[in-house]
Formats: sequence, C-alpha cells, structure tokens
Amino acid sequence: MSDLQALKEKLLTEVTGADDEAAIEAVRVNALGKKGSISELLKTLGTMSPEERQTRGAAINALKTDVFDAITARKSALKDAAIAQRLARETVDISLPVRSSPAERGRIHPISQIIDEITAIFADMGFSIAEGPDIETDYYNFTALNFPEGHPAREMHDTFFFNPDENGERKVLRTHTSPVQVRTMEAQKPPIRIIIPGKTYRQDSDATHSPMFHQVEGLVVDTKSNVANMRWILEEFCKAFFEVDDVTMRFRPSFFPFTEPSFEVDIQCDRSSGPIVKFGEGTDWMEILGCGMVHPNVLRAGGLDPDVYQGFAWGMGLDRIAMLKYGMPDLRNFFDADVRWMSHYGFRPLDMPTLFGGLSA
Amino acid sequence: MKFTLSWLKDHLETDATLEQICERLTAIGLEVEDVDDRAAYLPFVIAKVISADKHPQADKLKVLMVDTGSGAPVQVVCGAPNARAGLVGAFAAPGTYVPGIDVTLSVGNIRGVESHGMMCSEKEMQISDSHDGIIDLPEDAPVGTSFAAYAGLDDPMIEINLTPNRPDCTSVHGIARDLAASGLGTLKTPVAPSFKVAGETMTKVRLDLGEDTHLCPGFALRLVRGVRNGPSPKWMQQRLLAIGLRPINALVDVTNYMTFDQGRPLHVFDAAKVTGNLTVRRAKEGEKVLALDTREYALSPANVIIADEDGIESIGGIMGGEHSGCDGNTTDVLIESALWDPMNIAKTGRTLGIISDARYRFERGVDPEYMVPGLERATQLIVDICGGVPAKTDVVGYAGYTPKVVHFPVSEVKRLTGLEVGSDEAVSILKGLGFGVEGSGERVSVSVPSWRPDVDGKADLVEEVMRIHGVDNIKPEPIESLGSVNGKILTTLQIRTRLAKRALAARGMLEAVTWSFIAKAQAELFGGGAPSLSLANPIAADMSDMRPSLLPGLLTAGQRNADKGFGDVAIFEVSGTYENDTPSGQRRVAGGIRRGTASLAGAGRSWSNAAKGGGKPVDVFDAKADAIAVLEACGVPMGNVQFEAGGPSWYHPGRSGTIKLGPKIVLGTFGEFHPKVLEALDVSGALSGFEVYVDAMPEPKKKATRTKPALELSPFQAVKRDFAFVVDKTVEAGAILKAASSADRKLVAGVNVFDVFEGASLGEGKKSVAIEVVIQPAERTLTDEDFEALTGKIIANVTKSTGGVLRA
Repeated sequence: MSDLQALKEKLLTEVTGADDEAAIEAVRVNALGKKGSISELLKTLGTMSPEERQTRGAAINALKTDVFDAITARKSALKDAAIAQRLARETVDISLPVRSSPAERGRIHPISQIIDEITAIFADMGFSIAEGPDIETDYYNFTALNFPEGHPAREMHDTFFFNPDENGERKVLRTHTSPVQVRTMEAQKPPIRIIIPGKTYRQDSDATHSPMFHQVEGLVVDTKSNVANMRWILEEFCKAFFEVDDVTMRFRPSFFPFTEPSFEVDIQCDRSSGPIVKFGEGTDWMEILGCGMVHPNVLRAGGLDPDVYQGFAWGMGLDRIAMLKYGMPDLRNFFDADVRWMSHYGFRPLDMPTLFGGLSA
Repeated sequence: MKFTLSWLKDHLETDATLEQICERLTAIGLEVEDVDDRAAYLPFVIAKVISADKHPQADKLKVLMVDTGSGAPVQVVCGAPNARAGLVGAFAAPGTYVPGIDVTLSVGNIRGVESHGMMCSEKEMQISDSHDGIIDLPEDAPVGTSFAAYAGLDDPMIEINLTPNRPDCTSVHGIARDLAASGLGTLKTPVAPSFKVAGETMTKVRLDLGEDTHLCPGFALRLVRGVRNGPSPKWMQQRLLAIGLRPINALVDVTNYMTFDQGRPLHVFDAAKVTGNLTVRRAKEGEKVLALDTREYALSPANVIIADEDGIESIGGIMGGEHSGCDGNTTDVLIESALWDPMNIAKTGRTLGIISDARYRFERGVDPEYMVPGLERATQLIVDICGGVPAKTDVVGYAGYTPKVVHFPVSEVKRLTGLEVGSDEAVSILKGLGFGVEGSGERVSVSVPSWRPDVDGKADLVEEVMRIHGVDNIKPEPIESLGSVNGKILTTLQIRTRLAKRALAARGMLEAVTWSFIAKAQAELFGGGAPSLSLANPIAADMSDMRPSLLPGLLTAGQRNADKGFGDVAIFEVSGTYENDTPSGQRRVAGGIRRGTASLAGAGRSWSNAAKGGGKPVDVFDAKADAIAVLEACGVPMGNVQFEAGGPSWYHPGRSGTIKLGPKIVLGTFGEFHPKVLEALDVSGALSGFEVYVDAMPEPKKKATRTKPALELSPFQAVKRDFAFVVDKTVEAGAILKAASSADRKLVAGVNVFDVFEGASLGEGKKSVAIEVVIQPAERTLTDEDFEALTGKIIANVTKSTGGVLRA
C-alpha cells in the first residue's frame, strides 16, 4: 500500500506546486486524465480478486477522491487569484471628468417657459391657445378694436408701418396681441375662452421697452361673464403664476379703446429689497396688466350682438412678468442671444411647467 | 395733468385730507402719479436780522444776530453779500434738511465763530436757480411764521396720469366735478362775470375753410381796450409755477391759467400788431410762421391757421405766433376762444412736432358749450388784473350743441360688472357727473353733457356708474366651470413648436429669441428683402426687413458670442419667418446653428474622446442630426422622408441637404454655409446649421384606436452580414442602402453604413462603402442556400443601381 501513499504524496505536492490554471490542469490530466496515474490504477480494479478489491480497491478510490478534491480546491483558489489580478489590472482613475448630459446643458428661453407656465394655468380653467400673424392689417390692429382713425390712442402705440401697397393700404407690425380677439370671434362662436401669447412690436427702446416684445392676451366671451368673473380669473392667475398663497390686487378704472369699462390692475408687493419684488406681501403697488369688458364695437366687429354676448379681455407684458418673477434686470438682454444670459436665466428642457408638478422647480 | 390742493379747493368744498383726495382720485380712474406735499419747506421760518457785524477772521463773512420769532436771537455766520441788519428772510435752524445743498444743518463753527443755523437763498431752498444772495422779504413779513405759508409754497401739488378719453379732466374744475360726484365734497358754482361791456370788437373773423367747416366749428373773439399788462398776481404766479409753467405777463398767464383751471385754451393777440381782420384758413404750402416758442415752422394746407392781412398770426389750437404776442406794451388785447377739429389738431401737432397745453386739450376735445362762457371768465380775470374795457364778443361758425341721448337700462350695470346698484343711485351718480336723466325706474334716457365726448353708449354709462360707485365693491366671482376634464387644448402646430424646442434644448442647444427684423442686405442673402416686407419706419437701419430665415440672426448672434470669447456655441430658435405679408406667409420654423466644436457630445476637447477625434469642428452631419431630431420629436414618419443633396444658395453646395416628404413638401434644409454668405454676414469659424419647417409637417393620421398594434417577435435568430462595395465617388451611400434594403423587404430588417474609405488602392475617383445588413428570418431558420441566394440578390441589386462592385 505504500505505493499508493507515495503516489498520493507526490500528486498532492504537485497540486500545491501548481501556480496557475494551466499547471493545475496539467496535474489533473497526469493524475485523472485518460492515461493519468490514478486512472491507470483504477483500470487494475477489474483484474483484482474480490478480497483484493475490498482493500486495495477502496484505497485506490480514496486516493482518487482525495486528489480530485485537492485539485478542485486548488483550481478554485487559482481562479479567484486570477480574477483578483485582472480586477487590479483593470482599475482606472474614476476622478477623471465625464461630459455633462446634453439635456443638462441645453436651455429653454424664459419667454417659452413663461408661455408654458401660463398655458398650464389657463388650460386648467378651460382656455385654449390662439395665435395670429405678426404682420397685421390696420383693420385688425386698430379699426376693429375701436381705435378711430386719427385717434390719439393710435399715436400712443408707436406703430411700425410697412410701405403702402398699390391700394394705398399699409400693413403694420401688430402693436399688441389684441387683433387675435377679433380674428378668433370671426372664426369661432362663443363660448370663447382663449389666451393669446405672442410677439408684439413698438418703436421704442430702453431698459424696459424693446422694439420687439411679447404680450399675452386673454379673452372670454359668452352670455354672462362680467367684471366680477374677470377679477376672479386674474386673481387666481396671479396667485398661481407668482406661486403665492394670496395676492391683493387693485382694479383702477382706466381707458383702452377696445374695452368698456376698462381697468388697470396693480398688484400689492414689496419692493423694499431692490430689484427683487415679492408678491403677496408689502405695501407697494405695481401695475401689472390692463383689462376690461370687451367694447360693444369690438364684439360687433367680431360679428357678435353686444346685447346678447358679453365678455372680458386682458393683456400683459410677457417679458415683464418674466422679469418680475425671475428677476432679469434688463429687457434688451432677452433678444441678445448671449450664451451666458441664456445659460443663467434659461430653463432646463426637462423642467416642464405643470400644475401637478408645480410651475417652477 | 397737474394742479395744487388749494386750486382744487377753489372748485370743491371739502374737508377731505390730501391723502383721502389722492386715494379717491385713483379709485375713480384719475390715477395719481405723483404728489408733492411740500413737507420739505415746513421747517423754514421767517426771521429778521437784528445786527450784522464783520467776521473777525474773514473779510467776506458776517456774523448775524437773527430774531427767529421764538427765544433769544441766534448767532449765524453768513457769507451772502446782501446780508444786513434789518433784512427779513428765510431761516433754517440746526437739524433742518436744506434740499438745495443736500445737507442737514448742525451747529457749526466757522473760523472760530459758532453758527446756529442758516439764512437761505432761493437756490438753497430749491425754489429757483437764484443765488445772488439770501432771500430778501418785505419788512412786514411776519417773523416766526412759516416761510412756505407766506410764500405760498405749502400748497401740495398733485399730478394725475390722465387717460386720453377724459378731456373734461384736463381742467381742475372737471376733476372737482368727478370728486364731488363720488361724494368727496360739493362742486362750487363759479361766480358770474360782472363787467361792463362797451363798444364793438372792430377786428372781424372770417372762416375761410370752404366745405371743411368742421375744422373750426366755432370762433369767439373779443377786444379789451386799455389794459395794463404787467406781472400777474402772486397767487396766479404761484399756481402756475407749482405746475411747472413760467409766468410771462398777466395777459398770457390768464390764458394759461384758464387752460388748466377750466380746460379752455385761449389765445391773446396784441390788437395793435394785428393788421385788418382775421381769417381762419388752411395754410399755403410752405407758408412760414415764427411761433411763441421762437421756432419757425413751415406749414402746409393740412394745417389750419389764423391770419391777418400780413400773414399768419397763430397756428389754430396749437400755438400762437410771436409777431402778435402780448407784452408789457400791450394796451388793447384780442382774446380768442375757438373750437378746433381734434383729429386735425393731432395731425398738425404731430407733423410739426409741437407739444403744447392747447394741443393736448384740443386733440382730446374741448367743451364746445364753454367756448363763450370761457371767454367771459377770461375777460373777467383780465379786467380784474389789468383793467380795461371789454367790447362786445363776436361769435362765428358755432352751431350749438345737441346732446347725444343714450337709452340706458340700469340693469346693464349688473350685467356687465356684477354690481348691484339701485336705479336711484345710478341716476344720482349720472346727474352728479352732469348727465341729464329723463324718466325713472329701470329704463332711463340719459343725455350726455357737452364736456364728455367720450360717452357714446350703454357700456360707457356702466363705466361711469361703476367707477363712482366704487370698483372695490365688485367681489371676485368664480367663472363657471366647463363641467368636465379639459381635453387637449393645443393645436398640432403648438404641440410641435413646444416639442421642437424641448428636443433641441435636450441636445444641448440654448434657445435664443432674436429680432424678427434684420438688415436688408442680410434678408436678401437668405431670399428675402421684398418691398412688401420692408418697414417704412424701422427703429434702426439694420432692423429694416422682416427675416426670411432664422439663420442670419442666429449666425450673427453666434459671432457676437465668439467675439466675447465664447466661440463654441449651439443655439436655436423656433419662431416665425416671413415669406410675404399675409397671415399664411408667416412660417413656423425651427432653426439652429452650431459653431466651433459645439457638437452633441459637448464642446471642446475632452480626455475621453481624444482618441475619437474630440474637439472636432462641427460639420454638416451635426446639423443633419439636429434637423432629424426635430422631425422625430414632432412625430414625422421618417420612413417616407428623403434627403436630397444640396440646399438653398446660402449653404455650401457640396455640404448641404434638403429634407423632403414626397416631391412637393420641403421639410427642411441643413448644411455648412457658403463662404461668400459668411463673409457678407461678417461671421467666421466652423459653422453648420439647419432649418425645419414645423408648419410643413403633415397633420398626423387620426387613429381609430389608441391600442398599439400587436408585438410580433420572430422566434428565429437575426443574423448580420457585412458587405463592402467599391463605387464611384459620386455615388450616394443612401443609394447603396436603398438597393440593399429592397433586395428582400421581408428578410432585410436593417442596413447601416459602418465604414467609408477612399484610397489609391481603389483607383482614381472610387470609394469603398462598407455596410452591415441585418437579416431577420420570419418563418424558418435560413439554410446556407437561403443565405447564398439573399447575398447574391443584395450584391446584384447594389451593382444594378449604383454600379458598385463587391470589394475583394
């Protein structure tokens, strides 16, 4: 039996000596392969007497098991070591910077974002969005809105004109979004609930005036909406838009040719901290919009009987309310396309204003 | 419109405080823009200099002992040349803020002598620019009392921002009427004139306007003989000064006073300087007049003037002429009170560039019924101040006033405002404002007073009742809910506009808003510049033409950023361009540019993409990818979209493309730019850009169901095969892809180009295009024979349509 013992010791020494997966595989083949030393011994079992088989056979099988286990264990250890080595080899410097996501770099202009905010609020109150052309006829921009020919109110608009056509008619760049009121009434029967965001133009330029700017107009026409409803809508809007629990608004009788009665609306605020305006607190008043009941002549221009239909309209500067809410100091920068301004005051593309997620982050 | 509190109280009997008055003015629509309560003048008292001795240390200074009316005399060091014993002036004690020098006084020590206050000059008090010396009052000025009260400087000044529809409130009297109607006091009745009239007004007026009598619907003229024209009384001067008018002489001051007091502009001619009779006529072309503002104006027949036999004496309703103006030598004065056509006044004022208090009122509409009474009142003031004997007034052309009558159901107030105002209250408000009301109960007839040309119909009367009753009484009331969850409210174009913006921003681009108008030369470069799209009155020469494309604005914006050191710019805009001046000529375009290395991955070099050519300048394919991103975001079915080589003239002809849907619909263009266009725009650097016409995308097909089609998964494994074809350089890769795809529409699931190679080994004018074909068996596993057949067909197809040869 000492031959078995010697073989075992020799093989186990080889197992311990094998230092990579190839070496241990060689040991396995030499011992347990087809022609391996243990396999050769196993082949002799058939020639043994039953007694011999009981003693020597059992010893050979025990040898096989011991060597097999030793090889398996060694193999596993070597594999682990190899993996560990590979992992070490593959280690990198994770402090190296990666590129930011394009969606993180891109920006939506404040004007687009504000229009989405306003859309979210008014959609909830049953309004849709109407649009109209920037190049308007004198009729839609003035006459249909009850601006009589030669009226001083026309002059106050600092209108951009195009050259007269062969009929002597000159088109204008719309001075307000109100022409869309009449265009909508012509195209759609009441009830009408629309808001009209868009570009407007006046020949004026300083920190708060720009030859191109944006307005948003609102129009409600049905058979019963009145000043009380208008107050409610505008107060709800201001609360939602400025994201405050409460606002105090002051409606002052005023004059616009296309509304009667007309109002200018001030909102109470705190302007004591310089350029930052806080709404829902303070003792200052800030004019924020103009509004009124749609003038009977405007309803008539829209093909509606003012004794049957009634409604209200309001308009405000989009750029202006953007400045009030988000604190841009100068209107002219809105149209400069300075990448630093756009990156700073713009909004990330995935920041979608919704009522369920909040208007602003 | 400016006035003072005491002036208002000439017309309004009231106990209301300044604050209450201002609050009410704003509440009834006469928005208070500014109030100067003159509190700054309060600390100054009248004081008398008892003694004036030379300062021991300074030749030009004096040491005064001043009696301030309370306590012992105080010592004041003073440098004024007119400081002397016996002088009565204005004194400011230590602690007083002196506005003219912006200093709060303290007890001083001037070269060893203590000074306990200051005797002030007019400049130091900011009353005038006079700094010749300290204020020198008459000896009887009451020492110890308020200087401001004595000098009439304690009268608070109120300025209202008057809306253009309220000519009646261009007068203190009209403002008082509104306040009285709102319950803040009682309107005072003006004192009836009480002067004796003698003789005729010898100068006659003739209206020579032909058919256009509306240009001057009335003219009243009166001669006053024997006036003495000196300075106007102090009270009148103080009021005029308080509202920013310079007192001139009594006759002129009376006309200015009447303009503000009654909203009745008048003109006074020095009768001695008027030759013959007056004619109201249109000016002759080029006829000139030197006006009272000392400027010469060249007139035209669009302007109505008043002329005597020598020429123009006045621009009617706007400004008098210098020649016949009244001065200290005037003894006989002609007072004119006339009516003018508001529209013509506005037009004349505008073309001549004259802003005057008369124009301001006449273009809004002056009360016709006050033409003669206004002349009477002015005569009274002139007689009171300057003496003289008024002659009989001549009135020509005035046809009288027929009031507009509005049938007014009082329920209109409730219908339009939601306010519950009783019929009695509504009637009383209207009467308070001077409206005539006939009938009673629910429906009344309202006649409009002559001073309210703005009131035409029921809605106007609703406004009158509402603003006087009080807007604050209207409580917000929720608008009726539409009763269900709101459906989709945006149109396809609006949705696509938003998607395009968000998609481009998600590709790392910044949204810009650039001007709708650009320079003509730039517009022409991009296919625009048509006369119908040129502004007649641009704000600047380089903002003259409506843009035909977003690209010039974006390209120049990119350059501006580059000039500031930010050369890697990726910006876009989704907005309007203008093909013609009709509504349908306004396109909705998504356009963008990338400059420098501002690719999708990011600008500049980075260690991680260095091996992949990081920091590469942008090219046509960056623009193509952006354009496709917009189309995809907007839901355009990309399978039907074609890309044609070449674009409009502003692009690089060999590095640009046009995106089409079918033969007619152009969805967009993209590419690098033509070097000549960049040069003309004065921009440089690596640039590529695109424009996608959002409004050209077809409306998506209406789906019968929201259910998506069933997902069919092939149980058989997909296989990829590579092919490389050698083709002529001019052959488009797109053609190879198309040929390979169409070899077997069922089995070929996808084709992609993975390499393009040009080299001498291929031969002159050749290139190799390597494609990967994805084969997806649907019915059974493909056999070797199947593959061979398909491969053969792909090669044959590509060879047939492109002449390509399989690379060995």
